[in-house]
Amino acid sequence: MKKFNEKLSGRVFFILALSSISMLALITVFIISRGVPLIANVGLKNFFGMTWAPSRGLFGITPMIIGSVSVTLGAAIIGIPIGLCCSIFLAEFAPVRMREIFRPAIQLLAGIPSVVYGFWGLLFVVPFIRNYLGGAGLSILAGSIILGIMILPTIISISEASILAIPKQYLYKEGALALGLTQLQTIRFVLLPAAKSGIVSAVILGIGRAIGETMAVIMVLGNSVALPTSVLDPVRTLTTNIGIEMGYAKDEHQQALFATGIVLFIIIMILNSTAQYLTRRKR
Amino acid sequence: MEEFKPESRPSILKTEAINLYYGSFHALKNVTVGIPQRAITAIIGPSGCGKSSLLRVFNRLNDLIPGARLEGNVLLGDDPIYSRTMSVETLRKRVGMVFQRPNPFPMSIYENIIFGPKHHGIKNKGELENILHRSLSQVALWEEVKDRLKKSAFELSPGEQQRLCIARALAMEPDVVLMDESCSALDPESTMKIEELMLELKEKYSIVIVTHNMEQALRISDMAAFIMIDDSKAGTLVEFAPTKNMFSSPKDTRTLDYITGRYG
Repeated sequence: MKKFNEKLSGRVFFILALSSISMLALITVFIISRGVPLIANVGLKNFFGMTWAPSRGLFGITPMIIGSVSVTLGAAIIGIPIGLCCSIFLAEFAPVRMREIFRPAIQLLAGIPSVVYGFWGLLFVVPFIRNYLGGAGLSILAGSIILGIMILPTIISISEASILAIPKQYLYKEGALALGLTQLQTIRFVLLPAAKSGIVSAVILGIGRAIGETMAVIMVLGNSVALPTSVLDPVRTLTTNIGIEMGYAKDEHQQALFATGIVLFIIIMILNSTAQYLTRRKR
Repeated sequence: MEEFKPESRPSILKTEAINLYYGSFHALKNVTVGIPQRAITAIIGPSGCGKSSLLRVFNRLNDLIPGARLEGNVLLGDDPIYSRTMSVETLRKRVGMVFQRPNPFPMSIYENIIFGPKHHGIKNKGELENILHRSLSQVALWEEVKDRLKKSAFELSPGEQQRLCIARALAMEPDVVLMDESCSALDPESTMKIEELMLELKEKYSIVIVTHNMEQALRISDMAAFIMIDDSKAGTLVEFAPTKNMFSSPKDTRTLDYITGRYG
C-alpha cells in the first residue's frame, strides 16, 4: 500500500509538471497557428513593411519593431550603467549592514506591478519631460526611463551574484591588489572579466524583460504608429500594439496581432537561450 | 655556507615596535624586526601566531580586513609605509607578493605576466615583451612556455603556475618579494625548484617567506624570525637571529621547544 502511494504521488507530480510544459506547447501552437497563415497570405514584404493599416490590409510591423528597439535601447542605456554600478557597489564596497538593506529593497523594486510603474510614469515622468524638455511628454524617453528602472532588479541581482560567485580561494582580488592596482582597477580588469558571462546574461535578461514589457509602456509611450525622429517622439512597440488593438481586432487584423506575438516570442527566446548558454558555460 | 652577518647588511624593511589589531583582537604585539637586503628572511612559528599577519604588514594587505589597525612605524628603506607620503599602490609596486596557492588570473600566460606593468602605465609592446622574457627566464619558465604564451595560465601544472605567479611579481621589479607559504600546496619536486629559484633570486631581491616547514627555513633562509602567541594571545617576536644560529643555539627555551618539534 505504501509503495503504491509512493508510485501514485510520483505520477501526480509528473502530470502536474507536464501540464506546465504542455501549457507552453499549447500557447506556442496556438499563436503559430493563428499568426503564420497571415504572414503566408500577405507575404513577408507586407508584414515587415512600413505601414500598419489593418483596415486597408496593410500589416507592416516595422514601425513597431523600431519602437521596441528604440525604447529597449533607451532602457539599456539608462538601466545597464546604473544596474552594473549598483551590483559592483553591493558586491565590493557596501558594508554588510548596508547590503542587508539594499538587497531586499531591490527585490521590492521587482515586485511593484508594472501598471503602477506606468501610472507613476504618466503622472510624474511624462509631465516632467513635457515641462522641461518639450513635446507631449509621452515619448521614447519616458518609456526608456520607466523600463530602465524596471530592468534594474534583474541586472543588479544577477550581476551581483556572478561577482560574488568568483571563488575566494582563487585570490584574484588579492593578487591584483598585491601588484599595486587600485581597487577600481582590480574590479575593472580582474573581477568584471572573471564575472563576464554572468554579467552579460544579466544584461540580456534585462533587455528581454524590457522588450516584453507592455502595461507600463502603454501608458507613457503615446502609442502612435509613426517613425520617431527624436527621443521626445511617441512610438508604439510590438507589445503595446497587441495590447491596444486586441480588444477590437477581428479576422486578419487579429491574426496580424498573433503574428506580432510570434516575432516577440522569437526575439525573447533567442535572448533567453543566449543568456542561459552563457551562464551554463563554465571555464 | 658562510655565516650570515646581519650587521653587514642594511635593512630594506623595518618594523619599529609595531602593534597590529583586528578590531579588539591584538594580533601582533611590539614586533621589531629589520629585514636584511638581498637575503632570505623566514618567519616561523606555530599556526595562528600571526606569521602571515606580519608578512601582510609589509605590503599593507591587512588593510583589506575590516577593523585592521596598525600602531608604530614600518619603514621601506627610509620611507614610512603607513603614512600619507606613500600610496599603497607605490608600496605594493616595490613589495611584491606570492600567495600560498598559485593564483594566476583567468587570462593567458602572456597577459598574466604583463598585467602589473601594463596597468602601471607601460604600454610599449617591445618593453612589455622584454619584461615578459626577463621575468619568465628568472623563474626558469621561459623555455617551457615560450611556445604557448597565448594559452590560458590554468593549463600549467600547479608548480608552473606558482612560478608564473613569482614571475608576475618579478615583472614589477620589486625591491622585496613576500612569499606566504608559497610551496605548501606543491609537490616536493616543485618545492625544490622554487627553493632553488629563491636562492638565485636573493642575489637581486630581498625575500621574506612564511613557512611551516622547519627544514625549508633551515635550507634556504639567512635570517629567521620566530613568532609565538604570548599569554594574552597576541603574537610576539620571540627571537630574531641568523637562521643557523637560531637552529644550533636558540637563545630562548620556547624557540628550542618549537624547532625541536615539542609543539606547533
